[in-house]
Amino acid sequence: MSQQPYAGPPDYRVVHRHGVFPEIGHDDAARFNFLAQMNRHLAACVLPGVKRAWDARVQPKLLAQLGRPPEHRREVREAMQADPIYQTWSALRRATMEQRQQAGRALVLGQAGELAARAGALNAGQASLKLDPNLKLPRYVEGVDHHLMPGSYHTELMADDVSAAANYDAGIFATTGGGLGRLNDGAGEALVAWLARNAPDFKPKRILDLGAGLGHNTLPVAKLFPDAQLTAVDVAAPMLRYGHARARSLGVNNVTFAQANVEALDFPDHSFDFIYSTMFLHETSFKALPQVLKEVKRLLAPGGISLHLEQPQYTESMDLYEQFIRDWDAFNNNEPFWTTMHELNLPKIAQALGHTPAELIESGAAAVLDPALFPAQAQAQATASSEDYGRKAAWYAFGTKAA
Amino acid sequence: MNAKLDVNRLAAAKSKGKRPQYFASSEAERVLNIALVLAQELAVARERIDTLERLLEARGLIKQSEIESFMPDAQAAAARGAFNEAYIARVLRVVQQDIESIAEPASQAATTDDLSRE
Repeated sequence: MSQQPYAGPPDYRVVHRHGVFPEIGHDDAARFNFLAQMNRHLAACVLPGVKRAWDARVQPKLLAQLGRPPEHRREVREAMQADPIYQTWSALRRATMEQRQQAGRALVLGQAGELAARAGALNAGQASLKLDPNLKLPRYVEGVDHHLMPGSYHTELMADDVSAAANYDAGIFATTGGGLGRLNDGAGEALVAWLARNAPDFKPKRILDLGAGLGHNTLPVAKLFPDAQLTAVDVAAPMLRYGHARARSLGVNNVTFAQANVEALDFPDHSFDFIYSTMFLHETSFKALPQVLKEVKRLLAPGGISLHLEQPQYTESMDLYEQFIRDWDAFNNNEPFWTTMHELNLPKIAQALGHTPAELIESGAAAVLDPALFPAQAQAQATASSEDYGRKAAWYAFGTKAA
Repeated sequence: MNAKLDVNRLAAAKSKGKRPQYFASSEAERVLNIALVLAQELAVARERIDTLERLLEARGLIKQSEIESFMPDAQAAAARGAFNEAYIARVLRVVQQDIESIAEPASQAATTDDLSRE
C-alpha cells in the first residue's frame, strides 16, 4: 500500500523574508507550523463532523421542534450551539486564532524597536509615505480588535511603531496555511488574473487600493502596471509605515502609502482609472459602506473599473447550514460587520448611487496555489478536501465598469 | 528607540469584546485552552529535537550519554529560566484574559455589535 503524498501546509520557513519581515526563530516557526496544522485539521477532519452532526441529529430534532424546516441561519446556529461537536470545533478554532495572535505578538513585540528602525531607514525622507497624525479613526476601527488582534491595526506601542503590521504579516501565512503564497499576496494575484481574463486591454494609469493595510495585494497590481501610479490608502499608520518599507525592500517604487479615511478622500473627481479593495468592505460599517461606494463612484474616471473582493455573499440560494458556518467569524472572530455585509445587496446599493445595471460587475476571483509550496500531485488533494470557510483563497468580486 | 515592552503580558492580551463561551462549563473551556497550548508546545519541542538530531547525526557530533549527563552553566540556566517564564505566560493566557475581562468596562464589551451599525 503506497502512502498518499503530503498535501498539508508547507513548513512556515518557506515564507518570503523581505526587508522588514521580523526575525523568526526556530520555535516561532514551529509554533506557526502547529497552528497551520491545527487549522488544516479543524477544516479537514473536524468540520465534516460538524456537518454530520447537523445532518444526523441536530436538523432532525429541529424539524420536529419547529414543525417546519428552519427559515434562517439563526435557527441553525441556535440549535447547533448545543451540539458537543460544534462546541468543540468552535472552541478549538477560537483558541487557535488566539494562539496565533499570541505567537505573532510574542515574536514581534520582542523586536519592535529594531523593526521600527528598519522600517524607518527605508522610509526616511520618502514623499511616497504620507501620514496624517491628526486623522480621526472611525469608531468601527477604533472600537473593534478585528479578528482578535489586540489593538487591531492601528495601535502604536512606541514611536514609529510597525508591530501591528509585522504581527499581521508574520501570522497570515500560518492562518491561511500558505494558500496565499510566499508573499501572502494571493488576493492581489487573483486580481491580476481577473484583469487578464476580463479586461485584457485595460491599462490604468492611476490606481487606488482602498483599506490596503500593509499592501499585500497592492504590489501585484503595481508590478502588473509598472507605468501606473498607485495610491494605497488606510487609516492605520503602523500598516502604512511597514507597507511602504516592505514595498521599497521588494523593489516596488510606484506606490504611495497614504493615511486617510476612504469615506471622504482628498482627491478631485475622476482621479483614478482603477479602484479596488480586497477583504476590506467587511471591516467598515453599515453606514460607511455606501459612503465608500459613493466615494469610489466620484473618484472613478470615465471608462474606469472598480472591483472589491470579499468572501461569498449569503444569497437566498445558499444553503442555511453553509450560511451558518460562513457566519462563524461574526460571532467568534471579532468581525461585527461580517453578517450584515454578507447580507447586503451590493448591486442594489450601487444602483441607488446611480449606476446602471449594465455597469455592474458580479464575478469571482481565486488564488492559484504556488506549485513551489504545493507540489502538483498534492494540489488536487489540497483543494478538494473540506473548505476552511472564511479563509479560502476564493472570493466574490463586485464592482463597476463603463457600460 | 528600543522601548521595553512587557512582551509576555502584551502577547497574551485579550482582544476587545466578550469572549464567546462554547461549553456549558467555563472550567472545561479554560482547561481546553490550556491543553491546546500544551499540545502546541509539545509539537514545538518535538520539532526542535528533530532538527537537532538530524543536524547532529549528519555531523556525527554527539552521543546519547552526553545528553543524559548534561549540566547547564549559570548562563544556560538563566536562558532556560527566561524561556519557562514566557512559556507559562503562553500556557496560562486564558487565565490572564479572565482577569483582564474583570477590568474591562461593561460599556466596551457591549459595543462591537452596535459599532457595525453606525
